[in-house]
Amino acid sequence: MASTEEIRSGLADIVNEVAGIPADEVQLDKSFIDDLDVDSLSMVEVVVAAEETFGVKIPDDEVKNLKTVGDAVAFIESNQAA
Amino acid sequence: MGILEGKRILVAGVTLDTSIGFATARVAQEEGATVLISNFGRALNITKRIASRLPQTPPVLELDVTDDEHLAGLADQVKEHVDGLDGVVHSIAYGNPKTILGGKFLEGPWPDVAQAVQVSAYSLASLTNACMPLMQPGGSIVGMTFDASVAWPGYDWMGFAKGALESCNRYLARDLGPRGIRCNLVSAGALNTLAAKAIPGFEMFEEEWLKRAPLGWDLDDLEPTARSVVGLLSDFFPKTTGEIVHVDGGYHAMGA
Repeated sequence: MASTEEIRSGLADIVNEVAGIPADEVQLDKSFIDDLDVDSLSMVEVVVAAEETFGVKIPDDEVKNLKTVGDAVAFIESNQAA
Repeated sequence: MGILEGKRILVAGVTLDTSIGFATARVAQEEGATVLISNFGRALNITKRIASRLPQTPPVLELDVTDDEHLAGLADQVKEHVDGLDGVVHSIAYGNPKTILGGKFLEGPWPDVAQAVQVSAYSLASLTNACMPLMQPGGSIVGMTFDASVAWPGYDWMGFAKGALESCNRYLARDLGPRGIRCNLVSAGALNTLAAKAIPGFEMFEEEWLKRAPLGWDLDDLEPTARSVVGLLSDFFPKTTGEIVHVDGGYHAMGA
C-alpha cells in the first residue's frame, strides 16, 4: 500500500499532467478549485486517472466532498485495496 | 454468437464509464461488434483513459460535430481502423446549463439555443452525412432522445433541441430508407449520467420515475438502454425506421 506522501506525490503528477499545475504546488491543504484552478472537467479527468493509478473507485457522489488535495489523498488512502 | 457479430460500429459521444455511449460500446463488443468511439475537445482526454475499461480497448477518434473539417475527415479517420461502418450511435448533446436550462426558458438567449440545436439535433444529420460513404444497405443509425412530446422541469431549451432531434430522425428515415439504412432513436428514462447531472433540477423527476414506471426503474442501470440501442443496430429490427423506442420502464405510457 502507498503511503500518504506517495499518494500525494502521485496525485500531484496527475494534476500536473491534466491541468498543467506545477506538481510541487499540489500540497495537502490546497483546494482543487480555489487554489489550483482545477475546473469541473479537469477534476473528472483527475478522478479517472487517480482511479487507474491507485486502483480505487471514486464514486461520483464522493467527488464533490473532495475539496482539497488532502481530502482526495485521505479518500484514496482509506479505500486502497489492502 | 452475438447479434452484432462482424458489424463495425462507431459510438460518437463517450465520456465516462457512466455514459450511455460507454455502456452501448460495451454491450456492442459483447455482442461481437468491432467498436470505435469518439469525443471532442478536453473531454477527449477522459475518453482516452476510459477506453481501456471496455472489454477490448477501442480506437478513440477526435470528432467535434460542429467542426466541418472533422466531419469531412471522419471517413478517412474511420478507415484507418475498419473498412466501413454498419452502425453509428449518436450520443451527443449540449445545452449551456447556466443560460438555457434550469427554469430560465423565457429568457433563453438565441445564440445558446442555436448551439444546443446544432450540437444536439443538427449533428444527427451532419454525422450521418459524414458516415454515408462508409455505409451499405442494412446499416443503422441510432440516436438518444429524452421524450420531447412533453415539457419537463428544468430541461427547457434542451427539450426543444430534443424535439428538433426527433423531427430530424423522421426526415433521415425518409432520406436514408431508399439506401436501405435505418434511423431510430431510443428515448431512455432518467439516468444518473454526467450529462444528466448537469441539468439543474434533474432530481425533480428522478423520484417520479421510480414511482410511475410499471416495470420499475434504476437510475444507475445503463444496461437496458444500451441493450436496446444494440437491438436497433442489429438485424432484428429490419423494417423499423423513423421510430422512437421508449426504454423507460413504461413511464411514458402512464397518465399518473
